[in-house]
Amino acid sequence: MVQHKLLPRQYLILSLVAVCAPLGDSCLSRGMTAMPSISLAHPGALIAAVFTPWIAAGIALLIGFFASYLTALSWADLTFVLPATAFGNVIVALLSRFWLHEAISIERWAGIVLITLGVSFVAQGPSLTQHPAPIAKESLPEETVATGGQR
Amino acid sequence: MMTLALSFLPLATTANPWLAAAAIGAVVLASTTGEVLTAAAMKSIGDLDLIRARSGMVGAIRSVLTCPLFFAGVFFLAVAFFSLLFALNHFNLSLVAPASASLTLVTNAVAGKIFLKENVDRRRWAAAGLVCIGVYLLAH
Repeated sequence: MVQHKLLPRQYLILSLVAVCAPLGDSCLSRGMTAMPSISLAHPGALIAAVFTPWIAAGIALLIGFFASYLTALSWADLTFVLPATAFGNVIVALLSRFWLHEAISIERWAGIVLITLGVSFVAQGPSLTQHPAPIAKESLPEETVATGGQR
Repeated sequence: MMTLALSFLPLATTANPWLAAAAIGAVVLASTTGEVLTAAAMKSIGDLDLIRARSGMVGAIRSVLTCPLFFAGVFFLAVAFFSLLFALNHFNLSLVAPASASLTLVTNAVAGKIFLKENVDRRRWAAAGLVCIGVYLLAH
């Protein structure tokens, strides 16, 4: 297996994926818990929820997340990108600890350690699975045979 | 298997444990399907950075928007999104968010290996397991 080294720009995309997702989710949960209970009988209320400020901010962040996520998936495996995405939860927890001075319980510290360990495992490995090319490489233009994480 | 995994979660804290399990199951199933389809779509399109360098941002957006597999993925991600909104409105955030996020990591590792033929080696299984427990502990 070829070791894929990511470019600085690709690390930037992965960090955007990591940060936008938990921030967007936090905005969504703040918006939804403030709303009255929605039942399946009135699905229109879910559509109306989209236009409240917290949910709209959450959706804007999640659109930013989705654009970077799609870009990352175009040059890295799903099983590489997803653990990296989870690292955003660690960033948000540490921000809330050192910026907002919120207390972090022992369970949450354990969670932070486990996620960081898991992400470091995956980051040491290759970012893209190499499948044997079905066509002879000579017949393809150079760009097509170029591997995902490399230029 | 999903029910077995969910039986370990503290469902007794909610009013209706079966409805909570169903809501979490729906979020996990829809988001796994959506993510696998989206990942397959992006692999079939190729490196977006290369496409953008060659034909600009418009070309990159066009290459994504002309891929039918992408819309299939987005459909399931939308189903997952609205199931999550519904679940967040009915159940405690400390149950729904960590349960669906952590279970999705494991189901995605399995689905990535089976459907995307990704090389999920010991390192990636370990990462999926550790991050799954970590996300649950952190968000709970």
